[in-house]
Amino acid sequence: MTTAAMKRRTPTLTVGAILVGLVVLLAVMSFLWTPHDPTRVDAAVRLLGPTGDYLFGTDKFGRDLVSQIMVGARTTLYVGVVAVGVAAVIGTPLGILAAMGPRWLGEFVMRVNDLVLAFPALLLAIMFGAVFGASTLTAMIAIGIATVPSFARIARSGTLQVMSTEYVLAARAAGRSRFAIAHRHVLPNVAGLLIVQSSVSFAIAVLAEAALSFLGFGTRPPTPSWGRMLQESQELLAVQPRLAIVPGIAIAIAVLGFNLLGDGLRDRLDPRLAGRR
Amino acid sequence: MILGIARRTAIFLVSVLAASIAVFLFMAVLPGDPAQVALGINATPELIARTRAEFGTDRPLTTQYFDWIGGVLTGDFGRSYVTRDLIGPQLADRLGVTLWLVGAAMVIAVVIAVPLGSFAAVRHRKVSGTVISGASQLGVAVPAFLAGILLVQVFAVQWRLLPSGGWTPPNQDFGEFLRGLVLPALALGLVQGAVLTRYVRSAVLDTLREDYLRTARAKGLMPGQALVRHGLRNAAVPVVTVLGLQLTTLLIGAVVVERVFVLPGLGSMLLDAVAARDLLTVQGIVLVLVIAALLVNFLVDLLYTVIDPRLRRS
Repeated sequence: MTTAAMKRRTPTLTVGAILVGLVVLLAVMSFLWTPHDPTRVDAAVRLLGPTGDYLFGTDKFGRDLVSQIMVGARTTLYVGVVAVGVAAVIGTPLGILAAMGPRWLGEFVMRVNDLVLAFPALLLAIMFGAVFGASTLTAMIAIGIATVPSFARIARSGTLQVMSTEYVLAARAAGRSRFAIAHRHVLPNVAGLLIVQSSVSFAIAVLAEAALSFLGFGTRPPTPSWGRMLQESQELLAVQPRLAIVPGIAIAIAVLGFNLLGDGLRDRLDPRLAGRR
Repeated sequence: MILGIARRTAIFLVSVLAASIAVFLFMAVLPGDPAQVALGINATPELIARTRAEFGTDRPLTTQYFDWIGGVLTGDFGRSYVTRDLIGPQLADRLGVTLWLVGAAMVIAVVIAVPLGSFAAVRHRKVSGTVISGASQLGVAVPAFLAGILLVQVFAVQWRLLPSGGWTPPNQDFGEFLRGLVLPALALGLVQGAVLTRYVRSAVLDTLREDYLRTARAKGLMPGQALVRHGLRNAAVPVVTVLGLQLTTLLIGAVVVERVFVLPGLGSMLLDAVAARDLLTVQGIVLVLVIAALLVNFLVDLLYTVIDPRLRRS
């Protein structure tokens, strides 16, 4: 691919990075400063429309929407990082093991993988909520476990590819141990694929957390969460659609950002795939 | 080919068995005794013991499992610990509602995605193609329940065209049934349609690069004709896979959308059962959803071999 073509493709990556950067910036800023206390209930200012003091207005408890969105960004990123972390830490070694280990082991790991795939993140999180009580932690772990198969699958197929290359054959012929090969050759080569998968999984985790908080199985009040803001907005939808639109846009920005970032990174890493998705 | 089908069937059956054990064990390890939960904290030890015997939770786990799964095979999911009603018939009722919703959403998704995705692929270097790709990216980023909330706001609250929720059984008043189904099905279907559009686009793009399509063009067929006659069947293989996987997503997405539109489907039954700590009911619903997901994957696998003869040998 020519440099000109490369430049033409970059909008995906750039836009994705900007949107993700925006969410990260909001979250980081919320540690230092928010316009108002996001959890402060004040009946005197309830359901205000957008004003200079309250840029997006206030909700039915008089809480500032901007401040809630900012702290909610923290919740969103926190859930995404832990869920994707759990999935990557469990899924990656499993996938590499499935590819490098004995055949029966690989077959077994992939069958279990398929079984876990039958438990989507939301269902798993609702089950976890039923058993352990709903909280951000159970939601994150459930989303993480449901995402393990994606990582295992990617790591396995990437490893299989690397294992058939000549430099790995040479390393094996030179008597290198399996572990050394996995560490020196496989991991660096599948890292790119895993980073792309992380970005895509992050978007899915953000959606899942929003849905769970909407259903009351995610973040508990008073911790601000975009999904719960949507749930609380539902009864007032007829008179105050703003209460649903603001967190809705926040969720869409985060998901779009991580999806575009993933797509952009994929195109960068494997230009042959560019423009296909 | 027969050997392949037999092998896949065996894998499917073993997976269902493993899933049922997993669901059962997960619910069984949970802290808290169902009898205690059903009776409240003031129950006497004798009453608890009697209720435990009635529920059968005083027996060994293996006996409980075989009793439960044996019942499930004949459609008997046991009696709810909370309402003491039979779970099976209610489950069947609720599943009906969810299947209507999921089916309608699926149709909407396909009707949107196949033409739009193909168009975006054929025009992938033109503005119109890029616009569709961008719009589908945006659609993917909108959660179905948010789409539902917005649709209610526009079509039910402002224009008063359609009901904002509720359910009329189709045999009671078909017109009202359809009116009630439109918004929830759209909420679920539009978002899935956006996801599917991207897959259709990339599948068609792949096909467009194939030699046989160039031959068809060289023969004098227009791009559209060549695509319809030779391309779509080949593009169908990856699309059918995604469609199958989406069916699972739709079943779960229905849980949330049913909440938004107050529909008496499987999802709201699950959420109500969790809220009431009605664990045997939760267990039954989860099993049905998981088996549905496994069944869909199994059928997609089989369909592969029908669509693509090259895969029959493996």
